[in-house]
Amino acid sequence: MSTIQPTVPRPDLAGEAPRRRRTGIGTDRPNWPLTVALIVCSLAVLVPLLVTINMSLKTTAQAVDGSAFTPPAPFSLEGFAEAWQLTNFPRGLAISAFITAVSVIGEIVISALAAFAIVRNWDRRLFRWSFFYLLAAMFIPFPVVALPQVKLTGIVGLDNPIGVAILHIVFALAFNTLLFTAFLRSIPLSLEESMRVDGASTWQVFVRLIFPLLAPMSATVGIFAFLGSWNDFMMPSLITTNPELQTLPVLQQMFQTQFSNNYNIAFASYLMAMAPAVVVYVLTQKWVISGLTQGAVK
Amino acid sequence: MSVQTSSVPRIEEDRAATSSPSPARTTRHRVDPIYYLFLFPALAIFTLAITLPAVIGFFYSFTNSVGFGDFEFIGLRNYIALFQDPNILHAYLFTLGFALVTVIVVNAIAFALAVALTARIRFQTALRTIFVIPMVISGIIIAFVFKFLFANSLPALGQTLGLGVLSESILADENLAWIAVVIVTAWSAIPGAMLIYIAGLVTIPAELYEAAAIDGASGRQRLMRITLPMVSGFILINTILGFKGFLNAYDVIVGLTDGGPGTATTSIAMSIFKGFGGGDYGYQMANAAVFFVITVILAGIQLRLTAGKASFGA
Repeated sequence: MSTIQPTVPRPDLAGEAPRRRRTGIGTDRPNWPLTVALIVCSLAVLVPLLVTINMSLKTTAQAVDGSAFTPPAPFSLEGFAEAWQLTNFPRGLAISAFITAVSVIGEIVISALAAFAIVRNWDRRLFRWSFFYLLAAMFIPFPVVALPQVKLTGIVGLDNPIGVAILHIVFALAFNTLLFTAFLRSIPLSLEESMRVDGASTWQVFVRLIFPLLAPMSATVGIFAFLGSWNDFMMPSLITTNPELQTLPVLQQMFQTQFSNNYNIAFASYLMAMAPAVVVYVLTQKWVISGLTQGAVK
Repeated sequence: MSVQTSSVPRIEEDRAATSSPSPARTTRHRVDPIYYLFLFPALAIFTLAITLPAVIGFFYSFTNSVGFGDFEFIGLRNYIALFQDPNILHAYLFTLGFALVTVIVVNAIAFALAVALTARIRFQTALRTIFVIPMVISGIIIAFVFKFLFANSLPALGQTLGLGVLSESILADENLAWIAVVIVTAWSAIPGAMLIYIAGLVTIPAELYEAAAIDGASGRQRLMRITLPMVSGFILINTILGFKGFLNAYDVIVGLTDGGPGTATTSIAMSIFKGFGGGDYGYQMANAAVFFVITVILAGIQLRLTAGKASFGA
């Protein structure tokens, strides 16, 4: 940019700038029309969520007419009580949380270890080829291997939440390993070498130096892992055979068949299934958005 | 979800950088055995959970297996039947068309939102927070919510306003149901694309805009001559990633239309999964193999297009 500046006549700049500033660039005055337009657009996000809250607070008798925008009269929490029991919410929550926790930890640890081994032994063919082998997973979407996978998980007794978590880890492996290797390449070797001179083993180097240094990338991987696992429907619905071990998103299907007119119960259940992730996100939005953005630009 | 594309070409540079300068590396160093242990879990679960089923599936695509019991080899007959099956062809056409339309809708809206959210607006943090919310909501659950709105609220609104088109549920119309699928998929996918665009927009130096303003460039000129060219790499990334993702469409469609009415919105993934109950396991494995080939072709295009753009986003 510095090459451009000398070509701009200085007096001109001084004379023109104040007038142009009023049109937007370089002022601190907010663009109100744009702000209002964005607020209107945000209704597209908020209305479905507000409808969900609105419907969940109605009585079954009121909700049956299917009108989304009439306020609840009277307010009722019966939908929540019913949904809690019908879906066995605590169990569904526990299973969703279990799969999500295993996926988050598994994705971070397994990918970080693999990336560390690959980057430090890049001159070895085995490690180099392993990298490209793992990357190939990006070209294999779940539907392609789903049928044999379902049979295999059934045979080895992994047609349960543990199997689902393992599959979540595997399908994210390529992307995560890529993120970690890109980040590891930017860490200078000298830090590690000085630790080794002091007699640290490879394991100690990883635990005490590399893994802490990877923390920002681990956060990004962890956020993506959380969102992917917590919200997934396809894998748990196909892999887990015992309906009592289903995750929250899969459990919501029951309101399409058995209780299709009890809108208040259905929406109370949707709300309870959505709320944990939304609440956590809103409380930590700054951190989450920067983590997601880091995944986007790395 | 976005990045792979930009980093792949970089590997080549890094390899050159790491192998040449440090003298310790010119002789093959002894590999600490623990590195094999580090690499092992990733390779093991990958091989068992992806490579093995892929090979098994490919094998069964040449058989008449129904998923259990005896089967015979039938050569390419599954593949030949596949290309003559109107339901399969419709699933491919629907999915490709849907992916194309959704990519355009998502990118146009995501880009506009990203530009607006990085401008000088009030409540920037609050608005950004709101627009990212769809990203943390399960696709199938929001599809259930929209299903209710499309089936009840929109027809009620249409009747009140006397609009014939809206007065009946678009989910029940086999010519219109796909629009609902696009809307809900876009609702879920826009935040991810938007964040990538925001990441791109903030890398554009402010001096460029200042210089343009001094030269008297209009807002439209600034958009066309500065903003769009500067984020072209991000547009490419979002297009390819979005297209690949939408080809796997499943959760939202199951929640919204379950493939209907009839088979109007049945995606490729849904057609493959029919192999679970339909007794045509071998046949659907051939379907999966064809889908895999399409994915690989797209991946090839992706690598090709992004190879020349190694530097953006770095």
